[in-house]
Amino acid sequence: MWDYSEKVKDHFFNPRNAGAIDGANAIGEVGSISCGDALRLTLKVDPDNERILDAGFQTFGCGSAIASSSALTEIIKGMTLEEALKVSNQDIADFLDGLPAEKMHCSVMGREALQAAVANFRGEEWSDDHEEGALICKCFAVDAVLIEETIRANNLTTVQEVTHYTKAGGGCSSCHEGIEEILAKVMAERATAAPVAAEPAPAQAPAAKGKLTNLQRIRIIEETIEKIRPQLQRDRGDVELVDVDGNTIYVNMIGACSGCQMAAMTLGGIQQQIVEALGELVRVVPAKQAAHACGGH
Amino acid sequence: MDPIYLDNNATTRVDDAVVAAMLPFFTEQYGNPSSMHAFGEKVGRALKNARRQVQTLLGAEHDSEVIFTSCGTESNSTAILSALRAYPDRREIITTTVEHPAVLTLCEHLEKEGYTIHRLKVDNKGRLNLDEYRALLSPQVAIVSVMWANNETGTLFPVEEMAELANAAGVQFHTDAVQVVGKIPLDLKNSKIDMLSLSGHKLHSPKGIGVLYLRRNTRFRPLLRGGHQERGRRAGTENVAGIIGLGVAAEQAMAAMEHEQTVVRDLRDRLEQGILAQVPNAFPTGDPSNRLPNTSNIAFEFIEGEAILLLLNKVGIAASSGSACTSGSLEPSHVMRAMDIPYTAAHGTVRFSLSRYTTAEEIERVIEAVPPVVEQLRKLSPYWGTKGPASESFAPTYA
Repeated sequence: MWDYSEKVKDHFFNPRNAGAIDGANAIGEVGSISCGDALRLTLKVDPDNERILDAGFQTFGCGSAIASSSALTEIIKGMTLEEALKVSNQDIADFLDGLPAEKMHCSVMGREALQAAVANFRGEEWSDDHEEGALICKCFAVDAVLIEETIRANNLTTVQEVTHYTKAGGGCSSCHEGIEEILAKVMAERATAAPVAAEPAPAQAPAAKGKLTNLQRIRIIEETIEKIRPQLQRDRGDVELVDVDGNTIYVNMIGACSGCQMAAMTLGGIQQQIVEALGELVRVVPAKQAAHACGGH
Repeated sequence: MDPIYLDNNATTRVDDAVVAAMLPFFTEQYGNPSSMHAFGEKVGRALKNARRQVQTLLGAEHDSEVIFTSCGTESNSTAILSALRAYPDRREIITTTVEHPAVLTLCEHLEKEGYTIHRLKVDNKGRLNLDEYRALLSPQVAIVSVMWANNETGTLFPVEEMAELANAAGVQFHTDAVQVVGKIPLDLKNSKIDMLSLSGHKLHSPKGIGVLYLRRNTRFRPLLRGGHQERGRRAGTENVAGIIGLGVAAEQAMAAMEHEQTVVRDLRDRLEQGILAQVPNAFPTGDPSNRLPNTSNIAFEFIEGEAILLLLNKVGIAASSGSACTSGSLEPSHVMRAMDIPYTAAHGTVRFSLSRYTTAEEIERVIEAVPPVVEQLRKLSPYWGTKGPASESFAPTYA
């Protein structure tokens, strides 16, 4: 059961300004039925001074979505459009004495509906530029989209860095696995994107941040692979370094790999660890794919 | 007015006789059943009796096939991880798209570790395609894990037939039967099911006690290693009071089986028909012709489940929902998505689950209470006009 404040309960059980108002001259619609919440805001605005004379809402959504909509209409009635546009989603949440972290998006929807209605009144186009992902860190209410964008923008490689930049993961630790997954995804994308860009100009050395010599690089790669080997050997497999060519690292996957999918996953894992150790983007590929093709699937 | 509890698939009331049977094991009979003295000996005898009571409910051949665990989730994890360790060369698992998170999340985790997970799909009534299943059985498969009944819709899977097929292919078969035990008569000795999970709190015994049924002569690796409890198959001092309670609950479930199949089923049907007769744009999900006798899952279009639950709660009715908002995720339940229930309805599903304590008066009260709640929320919904759906484009695609 959600820990809703008395104010949220009050606005859910006794919603203010429910329904569409007659003679509305500003209408904002956001959300969709597939997302699980949608809000249609109707306003009656005095054209002379842009003051909101009346407001009504229709909401498809959960308890806090309905309460947030009700709160929004109460807050903005009597305001000018300029004043109303300054109302933030936090103001809506504060008006309700707070919302659970998982439900903050309900207050965001209220703010967006207001922006859409104002745009509608002024004859402007309004587009929803807010992308929302699954909530990853519940302690600090950080969603997947924000984490992914921050990792990309700042080339982050560890959970600790993500915590420093976004606060995500700084609380109960339960989302560390989820953050690691996002990191792995973004880093895999970086690694596959890099060689494509590098191939036309192989003479240009990759701009490693630490300016390592080739020998240093190979030593680090060897050390990293040595660290990984015991894990693979436990699963009756192994890996050996064959060659390093620019930012492509050739390895042999040896032993019992029961399926190609498994080998690909292992390669991805090795690649990620080498990327972390070197601080540069590299691609790990099998040296002799044909000779070591996995049977099975 | 007393609140009405129609959320028995979530958990159940502990029967008074179960509590009474448990109490002495907190006070006078506090001995450790492993101990070599009279305190322990008495408790050991009581455990043996409880094990037989559970054996009878399951229709198991031997009482040693009953392993007491802490919960259904532990039983599920033990079963699946045991098979993977017992057959290290087998790297595949067959399960379904609609399992409980206890199995689903574990399988997702195993997938990341490199195992191949085959998830059997369901049709829009939640039914499996056994041809798809047959084609996947192979010596690469370590274990099949398929729930007996779905917790959200109550839809039953043909696990006995599926166990026969797995057995013929030399593959271990496990079923998560937490929703079925106590509601449907079981006869495991005449089946090919190797492992079965049950959870005490789903059948009127306390939380914190579960069982893994392990057919004799099934390859097994314990999850918890340590002491010799449960013949070394599940180390850790026994939850004695919980086990005693489960034993009594098992005996009561046997006695109430007929009631479950007749009275409870009739009440459920009355509830469902009573609601559907009054509320337009609502339909039952799952397979109404083949489901648990106590479960009805109804999708109410154009409104959202959490809001329905909050309003029902206000009038003293407890149910549950597969809506996104009750779980904190943005997607409706994986079971509704697996059945391709359109979004117009998937967010508004409500599960009513009855028990042998449910009365006819309660059902009549719920039938009266639900329509105004739905109407109230539809009035607030931008997708609902005065007489029906606000737009043709929201017409349901589900027949």
